[in-house]
Amino acid sequence: MATIRIAAPDTASAGEVIELKALIQHPMETGYRSGPDGKRIERDIIEKFEVTYDGETVFEADLQPGIAANPIFTFYTRATASGPIVFKWTDQDGESWSETHDLTVE
Amino acid sequence: MKAGLALLSAFCLTACGDVVADTKSPPAQPQPLQSGYEFLQPQTQALQDDDFANPGFLWIDRGEALFSTATASGSACSECHTDASLPLAGAAAHYPKIDAESGDLINLEGRINLCRTRHQNEAAFEYESDELLSLTAYVAYLSRGTPISVDIEGAAADWYARGRDYFETRRGQFNLSCTQCHDDNWGKKLRGDTISQGHGTGFPAYRLEWQSLGSLHRRLRDCDAGVRAEPRPYGSDDYLAVELYLAKRAEGLEIETPGVRR
Repeated sequence: MATIRIAAPDTASAGEVIELKALIQHPMETGYRSGPDGKRIERDIIEKFEVTYDGETVFEADLQPGIAANPIFTFYTRATASGPIVFKWTDQDGESWSETHDLTVE
Repeated sequence: MKAGLALLSAFCLTACGDVVADTKSPPAQPQPLQSGYEFLQPQTQALQDDDFANPGFLWIDRGEALFSTATASGSACSECHTDASLPLAGAAAHYPKIDAESGDLINLEGRINLCRTRHQNEAAFEYESDELLSLTAYVAYLSRGTPISVDIEGAAADWYARGRDYFETRRGQFNLSCTQCHDDNWGKKLRGDTISQGHGTGFPAYRLEWQSLGSLHRRLRDCDAGVRAEPRPYGSDDYLAVELYLAKRAEGLEIETPGVRR
């Protein structure tokens, strides 16, 4: 279970530029470090972050091992129609976590 | 000649005795008191100040969920602790304290685990487990902004003395005591870093070095490892005593949990 935090407005006026923020709890382990026992810590990386708004992709990012644990993204989009904003993270093994935020455009 | 040596050792004994006596006087504590926050770079301060981006809130969210979720045996923390009865706002500012039932000194982690074993019929969480960190962070967060004030009278007096002794004793291959950095040289540079006054007001805190939230005891273990001393176990009596000493030493500063530290 990964804890996810989303900051997004619940309502916006049509044409307004809105700020979206997404934070996920994840170790982003590079695979280059070793633990106290001297053994290598296995690589564990989120590789993909995608956001769709009303079915259309508005933001996507490829993540690399150089990115710190618990990655946060802040980005902007233009409010067009009422609909769900879906935030989705996918890790190297194909496991994914997602969170949906409903935006109402007045 | 022998008499001279004897005289010399007698002198040494007296002098050493004086040194011991000297540590009983009020310690030279930092003035004015400054939280570790004051020693951070502006960017790190901004991260702590932002209640969304502060990664410590990932654990607080989890802690809040755990707090109101019934355990296997059927009761949730939130059933007893409501705003009307047994409210927890401000409670964390008075820990560590003596547990009336057992007479032992306990910190917030210890209190949460006692609640689990006494009232919820659950096994205690392992120290530094995600669950215990999350709950501790959440309960401490309920006291954010409350000035720290702890009781060091009665049964706590011996603990306080033990904590102070630990704080002032040189240890490790570097032969350094906590007080040499945090009382005598705070504000100065240690390699690229500014030495803080060593207050635990932001803990459990998110340390950039850990890329995670961690307890005060984890921080103390890092301090001990830093002077190449043997770190004490999590929840050990030594660290509980130090935690009490640190809380008294930081009295008046506000709880900042979740703090962000380097």
